Amino acid sequence: MKKTLILTTALAGFAFAATAQEVNVMSWGGAYTKSQVEAYGKPFTAETGIKVNWIDADNPATPIKAQVEAGNVTIDVADVEYSDAIRLCDEGLLEEIDHSMLPPAPDGTPAEEDFLEGALTDCAVANIVWSTVMAYNTDNVNGQPTSIADFFDTEKFPGKRGLRKSAKATLEMALMADGVPAGEVYDMLETKEGVDRAFAKLDTIKDDIIWWEAGAQPPQLLADGEVVMSTAYNGRIFNAAVAEGQPFEIVWDGQILDYDLFVVPKGAPNKDNAMKFIAFATDTQRLADQASWISYGPARRSSGALVGKYVDGKTEMAPHMPTSEAALKNALVNNFEFWADRDTDLNERFNAWLSN
Amino acid sequence: MNDAAANAAKAASPEMSDDHLTTADGRPLKVALAEAQAKARRRAFLLVLPLLAFILVSFVFPITQLLYRSVYNPAFSDNMPALVQWFSENSDSTEPGEDAFAALASDLKSLRENKTAGIVGTRVNYDLPGSRSLFTKSARKASKLEPPYREAILDIDEDWADPLLWRVMRTASSPITGSFYLAALDRTRDAEGNIQPVAEERQVYIKLFKRTLFLSALITLTTLILGFPVAHLLATLPLRQSNLLMIFVLLPFWTSLLVRTTSWIVLLQSQGVINNVMVATGVLDDESRIQMIYNQTGTIIAMTHILLPFMILPLYSVMRPIDPSYVRAARSLGASSWTAFRRIYLPQTVPGVAAGALLVFILAVGYYITPALVGGSNGQLISNLIAFHMQKSLNWSLAAALAALLLGGVLILYWLYDRLIGIDNLKLG
Repeated sequence: MKKTLILTTALAGFAFAATAQEVNVMSWGGAYTKSQVEAYGKPFTAETGIKVNWIDADNPATPIKAQVEAGNVTIDVADVEYSDAIRLCDEGLLEEIDHSMLPPAPDGTPAEEDFLEGALTDCAVANIVWSTVMAYNTDNVNGQPTSIADFFDTEKFPGKRGLRKSAKATLEMALMADGVPAGEVYDMLETKEGVDRAFAKLDTIKDDIIWWEAGAQPPQLLADGEVVMSTAYNGRIFNAAVAEGQPFEIVWDGQILDYDLFVVPKGAPNKDNAMKFIAFATDTQRLADQASWISYGPARRSSGALVGKYVDGKTEMAPHMPTSEAALKNALVNNFEFWADRDTDLNERFNAWLSN
Repeated sequence: MNDAAANAAKAASPEMSDDHLTTADGRPLKVALAEAQAKARRRAFLLVLPLLAFILVSFVFPITQLLYRSVYNPAFSDNMPALVQWFSENSDSTEPGEDAFAALASDLKSLRENKTAGIVGTRVNYDLPGSRSLFTKSARKASKLEPPYREAILDIDEDWADPLLWRVMRTASSPITGSFYLAALDRTRDAEGNIQPVAEERQVYIKLFKRTLFLSALITLTTLILGFPVAHLLATLPLRQSNLLMIFVLLPFWTSLLVRTTSWIVLLQSQGVINNVMVATGVLDDESRIQMIYNQTGTIIAMTHILLPFMILPLYSVMRPIDPSYVRAARSLGASSWTAFRRIYLPQTVPGVAAGALLVFILAVGYYITPALVGGSNGQLISNLIAFHMQKSLNWSLAAALAALLLGGVLILYWLYDRLIGIDNLKLG
């Protein structure tokens, strides 16, 4: 962390000395940052002449608090998770973002209507959608699971199930499998009866669950045949299936969507350029371009139709997007406000349930 | 020390016999010796000073600071000054009236201005789930609040009338609080302020404390049973062979913890090596594969293996110098091999057993990564929940309270251990 800070400061310092027109963007590194460099960074510099300095961090939300409180802000834009975007905003560490500066969709739909529900907040603009999905290994399942209810049906599809060891996503999926429509899940979880119902549904497969914690575990469990189905992050399953040729399939029914969002730390040195960058990067075409580098969906409705092929040149990306029309049929958007309120409470109950 | 003082010392102890012994420069020997020793002590202290400073800065200070969080949380008291004042002026039994809501309204306005609603809401949310959004939502609308405040605030949300909320805010208004220790012991306060157990479906910490102690004791016992013969073999074989064997003990010790834990997953999982071999040889049929991992069994097996060197090494260092002629003498005097082992050999290994058991037990009590990976649902230890509150729920105060309770428990056990076996009897290597 400290190293990152020093590095960041040094990098920003050098860059500042070099040109006046620039913007410092902090993101997660690896294939994800690469997709952003290709889809947002290079065209942005080509069009505006503003240089983009990319900085990697384990979690870009972490340095923001330290930098703002120390009064030495070097980042202009950071790519953070939903929970951090809300929390940092509530604590007054972020600049507010004026939604009217965001470009409309090509057909003229204003940005506020074009972005998916919840993708715009006071201080943040979403760029991608990632999702928690149910996936299975076609070699090990007898038949073809098609719905989230099949995940909980060990009679029709015998075998172990992999689930993330956390109340978040697990309770929602249990309710959806029990027949609750996606739109009513969070209302139901507000009540004790709803929570009881989710745990009762989980009880039916409790002995068949293998719990995972790290995102790399589900593809491994599926490949080993240790579980026949598992919940997983869709990007991991896509990588295992397309890049490594594993016989994995995703069932999009009952998926839970989450956003990664751009935020501007309070007192960012190049605030104007930061806002320009965000407006540019989150327009319809850029978001669609990013999807050909990584299997995360664009946060705008209008980008869906423009998504092309994966960088291998032969895989159509559209069906692998959590935001494709087929995938969104029965999908739930993670409700951060709900989890900010209930996380402790429901996880306490979840931990107690686990150890019984 | 001057002569007068030396004389005074002499007068105080007339029985001293070194009256005539002086150093070459005429000072009494005893005084000179004390001075020389004090100098040596000072030098020794200066030598350990860097280490002492290092430990203070990198260990004692952060740990004390973190443990302090278990009783100190100023999130509410720092940001809600008017309400804190109202609580201090009005006793427990006062119904919150217009003056209380006026104080609340002024605090909500300052939460809005300083954007601190999230901080306060999170604090109250620890004790009353669901109230975080009450604060953020109400602060967002605070600028429009007009008297009468009670009505205006209840218009935003009826939950503001909840007596339990006011009880929780009263508790939170003091930065020094015991509520995190209550939570760590599965207890809570009701609206009247009485301490009560939490609902049965959410009691978890006490059970996990018990399980952690039980599993740690069990793992200590299994490492002792497995490690004792190995250490004995190492100690009695000729040096060449025992060195080779020692490498086998140390090799896993030098291997990454994650690699070892993952190897156990490969071996033990239901499609793993052991199950596959048993199915292939017909011991088991395909339907009845044994679940040996992602449960308590997995935690016990993997942790026993990982902690084994910590038992073998102290045992070995104690067994190596034991002279075999004692046992031979016992045998020649007619003792059976069991008697000779029990009465002659075993008592001499006690310091090693004591050290190994203490090391393994204390390491096991705080173990975290292995149970997280192979423990499934019923192989979790209390440290997994501490990690959960440190990293995920970000309730550091509760994590600190749990850690402090664990530390206290271990210290009590250590004290008992000292009474029963004696810390002086301990030989670490």
